[in-house]
Amino acid sequence: MAGNVWVVAEHWKGTISEATYELLALGRNLADSLGVRLEAVLLGHGVRGLAASLGTADAVLYVDHPVLADATGQQASRALAALASARVPATILVPTTNVSWDLLGLLPGRLGVPFVNFCRDVEAIDGALQVSSLLYGGKMAVTVAAGPGPVVLAVLPGTRSPEAGRSAAVPAVEEVSVDLADDSGVRLLEYQEPEAGDVDITQQDVLVAVGRGIGNEANLEVAEDLAAALGGAVCGSRPVIDQGWLPLVRQVGKSGVTVKPRLYVAAGISGAPEHVEGMKDSEVIIAVNTDAGAPIFSVAHYGIVDDATDVLEALAEAVRKRKG
Amino acid sequence: MATATVLETPDLTLDGLLATPEGRPLLSCIQCGTCAGTCPYGDVMRYTPRRLIGMLREGFIEEAIASDDLLTCVTCYDCWAKCPRGLHLTDVLLPLVKEQVLLRLPQVPAELQSALSNTMRYGNPMGESPRKRAAWVDGAGVPVPILRDLGRPVDVLWIVECYSAYYPRGQDNARATARVLAALGVDFAILGTEEKCAGECARLVGEKGLFDTLREQNMATFGKYEFASLLTSDPHAFDAFAYVYPSLGLDRPVDHTTPFLAARLDALRPRLTRELGYRVTYHDSCVLGRHNHMHDEPRRILEALPGVSLVEMTHNRDNTICCGGGGGGMWLDTHYKAKGHPRLSDRRVEEAAATGADVLAVSCPYEVPRFEDSLKVLGYDDRMVVRDVMELVAEALDD
Amino acid sequence: MKILVLMKMVPDIVEELEVAGDGTSLDQEYLRFIVNERDDYALEQALLLKDRLQAAVTVVAPEAPEIDDVLHTALAKGADRVIRVSGIAATAGTRSTASALATTLPGIPGVLPADLVLSGCQAIDDLDGFVAPLLAGALDLPYLGLVSRITVDPGAGTAVVAKEYAGGVMGRFEVALPAFLGVQGCEKPPRYVPIAKVRAAIASGGIEVVAAVSGPATTPLEVTAMAKPEAAGHAEMLEGSVRDVADKLADILAARGLL
Repeated sequence: MAGNVWVVAEHWKGTISEATYELLALGRNLADSLGVRLEAVLLGHGVRGLAASLGTADAVLYVDHPVLADATGQQASRALAALASARVPATILVPTTNVSWDLLGLLPGRLGVPFVNFCRDVEAIDGALQVSSLLYGGKMAVTVAAGPGPVVLAVLPGTRSPEAGRSAAVPAVEEVSVDLADDSGVRLLEYQEPEAGDVDITQQDVLVAVGRGIGNEANLEVAEDLAAALGGAVCGSRPVIDQGWLPLVRQVGKSGVTVKPRLYVAAGISGAPEHVEGMKDSEVIIAVNTDAGAPIFSVAHYGIVDDATDVLEALAEAVRKRKG
Repeated sequence: MATATVLETPDLTLDGLLATPEGRPLLSCIQCGTCAGTCPYGDVMRYTPRRLIGMLREGFIEEAIASDDLLTCVTCYDCWAKCPRGLHLTDVLLPLVKEQVLLRLPQVPAELQSALSNTMRYGNPMGESPRKRAAWVDGAGVPVPILRDLGRPVDVLWIVECYSAYYPRGQDNARATARVLAALGVDFAILGTEEKCAGECARLVGEKGLFDTLREQNMATFGKYEFASLLTSDPHAFDAFAYVYPSLGLDRPVDHTTPFLAARLDALRPRLTRELGYRVTYHDSCVLGRHNHMHDEPRRILEALPGVSLVEMTHNRDNTICCGGGGGGMWLDTHYKAKGHPRLSDRRVEEAAATGADVLAVSCPYEVPRFEDSLKVLGYDDRMVVRDVMELVAEALDD
Repeated sequence: MKILVLMKMVPDIVEELEVAGDGTSLDQEYLRFIVNERDDYALEQALLLKDRLQAAVTVVAPEAPEIDDVLHTALAKGADRVIRVSGIAATAGTRSTASALATTLPGIPGVLPADLVLSGCQAIDDLDGFVAPLLAGALDLPYLGLVSRITVDPGAGTAVVAKEYAGGVMGRFEVALPAFLGVQGCEKPPRYVPIAKVRAAIASGGIEVVAAVSGPATTPLEVTAMAKPEAAGHAEMLEGSVRDVADKLADILAARGLL
């Protein structure tokens, strides 16, 4: 593996994302093990200033082009593919966030290189990469031997702490020009904020989260009741939002928000990576699920294998009795 | 008095109904409206059986089947039981109308959709793995043979059914029943992971295609084995096997665990020695009770239990009040709530609580979760519990 | 207007997943397959557009266990044409599937060009790639993923779509047709279709079968191990009746000052 380790410096609405710093920390470990450089790839228009915080990397490769202003995967993948064809990095680390989703989906095909998805850790062993990924909604862990030759890795949030990827050092910035045409066929019109609900779940101390296992919309009442008893609010995982039982502002996880309450009660939630990434740093996590093998039990502090609605109901009662 | 009848015509449709033996009597409906009057949701339903028959006879049923009104029918057999003409309302007309409703509904309520899709795919409405259908056997305390492993003919093939196999409170019933069957020395076996839902509630909510698919699969499974009779814990499955499966060739006697035990009560009596000390009120289920008129059997069983005194609710026997779970009602609570319909199980539990009894005894697996829910909601759960008749019998059984 | 929907089957995680004897793949004995949930949303989106725009919907899926149920269900729901592609190894991975579809689709009469191609933008078995963007790239179609709302203006030859971002933020994009959209959600969940209609679809036949045309060989990933995940931590499991458990939890919450 002669090439360098690349990290896509993801940014959105003018800020470098937390995921980028996590990848820089991971990338630093890999680059050091492999004895190569760590380079951050910054794609955009008029964002050179964002390079300053990427000092964990040895250098920033900056591609500036008007068509890169709106972060669509179409153009970003073309730019990155062009850059990578020329420079042949050993690996390109991309975060599995909504912002970078299309980039990591299109890049392997454009570049003609292997791709490993859902990575939760990567190690360099004897000059090659050993990747650990989660499949089937988190139910199986696979180990993949990647390389030799460039490989794109889609990395789940949480592999490293963002703090480990921040640095006061200011990296060297190399501006690279790439030929891009404004012909992607995809044009950003606007961003729409969600309709403000009366509750901002990111500000709550206590969250009662409901998933598919809550069974039906009527059972939401039970969750509301417990949330009220505990002085918190109700939120949900994707399936509950898909069904329209809770509005989008209450969604925790990849297309929703990340929360860090003092208490997170996960009721009838399986714990697939897209949800876990949004709540794993909660102080106390209680999980209730009828499936003893549900991945949520790996991230929870306390687990109960039982019907979510029944347990929430009983817990509300017990809490009220305790509070007097 | 209306009596439950075996349906002859294997493939009834609403279109051709009036020309069949089951449907022709509808032409003699006198439009008295007793059906609407006795319906527990009669005050919130637009298209009562009386109106449906009138519309069908005159050829403008379209309006009724374009509406979601019929989802409110919980197929409680009240209209069927009270109809002065003894027409095939709940068993034939209503499911066929609902079949047409389901075909036209722009959106099937989410929980019902899940229950039906799960039943099709996994053989149970919960969406649990078929491989876990016999997991309850472990805690039974008595041997529960699986027919495939038994390798010989058996007297009684016991169809446990979905709620008793998968729901914790249903599993309590299954284990109690196993103990009672063992105490009676019955030569029985279960299908275990080969068992699939009998599909009667799917049929009653209008999913005839699902019922037909399950019926074919179940008949193929039955065809692999030799057994003298079928026994089931679920009154809806009893109805399916007794009245609808014969037209596809099922020719074995069918029984439900309650009348089965009642017929063998004398054999068990010497072993019913534990004093229970309960005041019990028995809820007649719509299917076992009202449809099949098996009112005395459960009462005789309860009276045989030491320290049990029976007290009757106001609405009993053929007048029983539905728990609201039949005909898809089990999976339409959210839909009913959105429409503002009161919960039938709440009505029933109020009556039960008014008797002052400690135990509400039932013999249908839907009733346990529905009544336990209502007890909690109404705040009576500190003074009354719900028990299946089999659970009480097992409790009175010596070891 | 022509809409093409790509669907595939994935392992059904309702069943307990086990590792095969080789230690690197799933045990097949009790493995069942279910339609990729996001593909179901893609089909729903296609059917909604069909109603609104009088479009024709074609569904294509690689061969896999129980795929015929999915295709018959798609017909029953209103798809105009359903096609099963045989000869794509289910175990070969997403990259290989996308590559085979890219070389096979052009040869199926009447499928391409389509005005709109829809497929789920992710699946739980996508270890070595996502079908939608890979296929879009190979077919040289503009691609946008994580789409949850689509409106089409056939006259203008464009679609306006909503793409999901974190925090419930939606990006509204204009996409020039023909285009490939990776579907994440839809304005309503996938519709129910009564089994009688599916049975009717089965009875009337209706699944076209075409053989895959192999494209350039793709190298599968070298999976060296597969195992149930070892948790870095694991929950302290609380046992007992619901009441017992609730009391224990209330104690825990009280002890942590959360009451």
